[in-house]
Amino acid sequence: AENEQVSPLQNLDVGRSCILVSIAGKNVMLDCGMHMGYNDDRRFPDFSYITQNGRLTDFLDCVIISHFHLDHCGALPYFSEMVGYDGPIYMTHPTKAICPILLEDYRKITVDKKGETNFFTSQMIKDCMKKVVAVHLHQTVQVDEELEIKAYYAGHVLGAAMFQIKVGCESVVYTGDYNMTPDRHLGAAWIDKCRPDLLITESTYATTIRDSKRCRERDFLKKVHETVERGGKVLIPVFALGRAQELCILLETFWERMNLKAPIYFSTGLTEKANHYYKLFITWTNQKIRKTFVQRNMFEFKHIKAFDRAFADNPGPMVVFATPGMLHAGQSLQIFRKWAGNEKNMVIMPGYCVQGTVGHKILSGQRKLEMEGRQIVSSPKWLLIDKACAFHLLLLQLEVKMQVEYMSFSAHADAKGIMQLIRQAEPRNVLLVHGEAKKMEFLKQKIEQEFHVSCYMPANGETTTIFTNPSIPVDISLGLLKRETAIGLLPDVKKPKLMHGTLIMKDNSFRLVSPEQALKELGLAEHQLRFTCRVHIQDPRKEHETVLRVYNHLKGVLKDYSVQHLPDGSITVESILIQATAHSEDQGTKVLLVSWTYQDEELGSYLTSLLKKGLPQSTS
Amino acid sequence: MKLYCLSGHPTLPCNVLKFKSTTIMLDCGLDMTSTLNFLPLPLVQSPRLSKLPGWVLKDGSTFLDKELKECSGHVFVDSVPEFCLPETELLDLSTVDVILISNYHCMMALPYITEYTGFTGTVYATEPTVQIGRLLMEELVNSIERVPKAQSASMWKNKEVQRLLPAPLKDAVEVSMWRKCYTMPEVNAALSKIQLVGYSQKIELFGAVQVTPLSSGYALGSSNWIIQSHYEKVSYVSGSSLLTTHPQPMDQASLKNSDVLILTGLTQIPTANPDGMVGEFCSNLAMTVRNGGNVLVPCYPSGVIYDLLECLYQYIDSAGLSNVPFYFISPVANSSLEFSQIFAEWLCHNKQTKVYLPEPPFPHAELIQTNKLKHYPSIHGDFSNDFKQPCVVFTGHPSLRFGDVVHFMELWGKSSLNTVIFTEPDFSYLDALAPYQPLAMKCVYCPIDTRLNFIQVSKLLKEVQPLHVVCPEQYTQPPPTQSHRTDLMIDCQPPPMSYRRAEVLTLPYKRRYEKIEIMPELADSLVPLEIKPGISLATVSAVLHTKDNKHVLQLPPKPPQPPASKKRKRVSEDVPECKPLKPLLSGSIPVEQFVQTLEKHGFSDVKVEDTAKGHIVLLQEAETLIQIEEDSTHIICDNDEPLRVKLRDLVLKFLQKF
Repeated sequence: AENEQVSPLQNLDVGRSCILVSIAGKNVMLDCGMHMGYNDDRRFPDFSYITQNGRLTDFLDCVIISHFHLDHCGALPYFSEMVGYDGPIYMTHPTKAICPILLEDYRKITVDKKGETNFFTSQMIKDCMKKVVAVHLHQTVQVDEELEIKAYYAGHVLGAAMFQIKVGCESVVYTGDYNMTPDRHLGAAWIDKCRPDLLITESTYATTIRDSKRCRERDFLKKVHETVERGGKVLIPVFALGRAQELCILLETFWERMNLKAPIYFSTGLTEKANHYYKLFITWTNQKIRKTFVQRNMFEFKHIKAFDRAFADNPGPMVVFATPGMLHAGQSLQIFRKWAGNEKNMVIMPGYCVQGTVGHKILSGQRKLEMEGRQIVSSPKWLLIDKACAFHLLLLQLEVKMQVEYMSFSAHADAKGIMQLIRQAEPRNVLLVHGEAKKMEFLKQKIEQEFHVSCYMPANGETTTIFTNPSIPVDISLGLLKRETAIGLLPDVKKPKLMHGTLIMKDNSFRLVSPEQALKELGLAEHQLRFTCRVHIQDPRKEHETVLRVYNHLKGVLKDYSVQHLPDGSITVESILIQATAHSEDQGTKVLLVSWTYQDEELGSYLTSLLKKGLPQSTS
Repeated sequence: MKLYCLSGHPTLPCNVLKFKSTTIMLDCGLDMTSTLNFLPLPLVQSPRLSKLPGWVLKDGSTFLDKELKECSGHVFVDSVPEFCLPETELLDLSTVDVILISNYHCMMALPYITEYTGFTGTVYATEPTVQIGRLLMEELVNSIERVPKAQSASMWKNKEVQRLLPAPLKDAVEVSMWRKCYTMPEVNAALSKIQLVGYSQKIELFGAVQVTPLSSGYALGSSNWIIQSHYEKVSYVSGSSLLTTHPQPMDQASLKNSDVLILTGLTQIPTANPDGMVGEFCSNLAMTVRNGGNVLVPCYPSGVIYDLLECLYQYIDSAGLSNVPFYFISPVANSSLEFSQIFAEWLCHNKQTKVYLPEPPFPHAELIQTNKLKHYPSIHGDFSNDFKQPCVVFTGHPSLRFGDVVHFMELWGKSSLNTVIFTEPDFSYLDALAPYQPLAMKCVYCPIDTRLNFIQVSKLLKEVQPLHVVCPEQYTQPPPTQSHRTDLMIDCQPPPMSYRRAEVLTLPYKRRYEKIEIMPELADSLVPLEIKPGISLATVSAVLHTKDNKHVLQLPPKPPQPPASKKRKRVSEDVPECKPLKPLLSGSIPVEQFVQTLEKHGFSDVKVEDTAKGHIVLLQEAETLIQIEEDSTHIICDNDEPLRVKLRDLVLKFLQKF
């Protein structure tokens, strides 16, 4: 029995993804995420875990990135350029296009704005991307002679993919983040019945069965509409790519239909650029958008305009999409600070927020936030509480009066979706990652009950070993196979046909041939083992009459066999030869010589015992 | 393995491969050169065409003068143009399991196959192939349907009548098989049978065969195909290019180790260098426009036109053409330009990098933005308002028999200031121009065919080393017009097998092995024995299961245990049901050791006699005789089963089983 090992470097809780899979002697790293909730070394996975002191390039056969979100690819430049990895990194074309832009954006915020050191540089991002090999959907990429990978559409965000990793007949499927229901701009995840030994699936929404998307959308539009109607401002913190486009399409069509005039803005140049990616990679969006893009490109918005910092202080209603999505830094946080004090305003969090971020805090009900700031904000709502701080680090308290809404628009599969994917792929084992322990436990039980497969949920750094029992592919000589299939034209369930061959094992190659061919190939001669038994029969008749009686008897008993009476007086049953002679002393006794080879052992043995019992009395 | 050749056109192939119980159609090319025998379809009433005289036979009979018209010494059929279909009688096309499409030019006969033959299988093609193929079909249907022609000539097709006609009508083949164009509903039905595939995607057919498309470098999404089982590999190379234009480069490495390589779709103009032709195209275009003339470029709405626009983008400013309008007129012009920008993954590396910026991969986006290139669905509508001369017009169809191009030929043909530049290689330009003669306009022939030439083919074949090459007969001899150019044919060893229309080839192959899987339980039960250093053997007795063309070996089921209470006395009464095969034996019996073994087992009266070939071992009391020779052992004994079995097992101890 062979085995597969899975070591999630970091995954339990939706912080970041980085999983190590060992399959049939090949080591593959799945995703290389960064934790957005930490500002120190803890944000990167602990790569020293992989090889205690060896080189990563020697140990890993390849790295696969499922999609461009930073919790799945944020540590990549650190991993490849600072820790050191020169092997191949695989991702889809859109991911390869967008990922460096998000990395650079994050680097700017971290290094240029926050002034942190020990972070990767722009050059490192570029050098890292040079190691990336872009893959097509469904393309079988041969990483080396044994290891192959294949990408499947995952929905979730532009270019997101699930990956099948295959060595011989053993395989693992890693889902990354995926979405089983099509939305306004992406299609649904799909995989064929590939029956992997192990399915590693995300479980962000392990226990949620979300209400219909239509309801959520109606709710969202209603809240935005009401806020705008009463003159309030709506802040929607988003990732630059992904939900932003989905919600933009939603608002754009709503504004059009309701003929609304309040301005909608899209923050930072990054998001404008983002729409270009959607236009150029339109083949990755859903069917409807792809079909109509020549007449109307859904990512060219009429009502949504670029945001300028100064607009935040404009009077009157407006809707602003701003990055980043968890309110942990950048423009969305700046706008949040400005608008938080006014109860007419609203912030809508359309996605999941990692612990430690402002987004997470306000979602968990916290309304008084301590913020660290580098500049004194003149707004009277800021309350300076710690003047004595020696490091000029100002801890500010911010009171949140604006309305806080959470609406799950992030495109993860819910419990129903996860079950649906398992049904599609028919894995032999399931491993849950990227979720919260309690919820995963619930889902694990559900999976085990419904599909009767083992389900695992390892903790960070814990290794799960899964035993597989693969069948062995062998080359069978066509002659032998044809001989067998020709005999057994009509397979009989009750009497299964046995096939007999010789397996030749040489230099890791396995060939099944007929025994004759095996002997010939090895230059060996066959050794014939023959038996001749004397059977005494009491029969006073003449020899040829005895022979006739024996013949009639055998023919009667052995209906399925070829029994022949030859002109020279002998009898054959298949290839067994029977001859009769008179006993030298006793004329009333005849001696039958029954002769057969070892290959006819069963039949020969049977015949002698049959004849030993004598001939039936009445033979006509 | 058999190859049914349904098309005689080397660049518009249609072959059917029977391989391991699957029937695979390779491409669905439609030979449109038949349309050259027809009069053009004018978009607006053309007095010149309608006044052409009817054709009169030598004997003065005029019964064909409604169907056939004469123009400058050539005779044309005055009817809706018709196409020459692939053979439909050579085999029952409803038995075709799958159709593999290599590029959008090679799928134009698809509706005829999928909608008229009872085809129930699946068509495989890449996304760009399908999208652009759809555009080509749409344009074709549109340009024929928008000119309703009441007349449908058929009398001339009568064999007796055709004999009397002048060449080339007299020699036209299979005219009875020529068909009118299909309709949009048929196109849609045909396209709905296509399943999209990506390069290097492995597609299983019935568990018996695996097919894989590979990038062929010729057009957006164009592919070669690998058709293989575990032991045989057939490569189908159709329309490939090694030049760096816009598509992803050709994948040559994956073609290695083919048993059979079917080679079609080579360049139709082996003597012309595409780069040189592009240069000539630009200079002729510039010269005409500078002299105040118009330029007409008959073309397909996708493909080379992208490259031409890119060249012009770089060329127009330096050539002082910035103010000359470029028009692209086709019902699918807009779609084609838009689609070209969204297939980043199918483009060459440079274009891919542009998309990562993100910028549109083709510069025609900028030409459109700056109003230098304008596109219109037809000459009617907006175009007639915007139309300014002198100008450059790209429009179809390259055969000059239908589409907007007919209008421009009629409009500009009388002035020697204007130029028509032929870039598409599919039609002879002289034949294309014949119904417009006499012409004053200049004609320039710059065929741009980026497909493999014979030098590249011979390099490719050396590189990938197929065991056998199969190709259309045209490639095994020099072109008829250049019979001295023996370099313009395929040269390889062994010489290629050639095919022609309606021929069936039996392809050489020797298959000796098949894949089978040994289930883990059976594998565990096997006892390997090292016979020679590095070679181990194990005898396998197992049950063979075959399902969906996959073979599996399983442990034989355990014989049902007879219930202990019902002990059957007369076991031997049961005739042995099936013959459990005994293994073959090999080795030889060392007599001395054998005798010692016998004695150890209680035989005290063993006597050995030497014979010419070996020995005879005698067990006197048991009246048993064992003849031992190098390759055989013969036990002759009384009917004493326990004794015989004992002796048998002792002998077997010295032998190896197979």
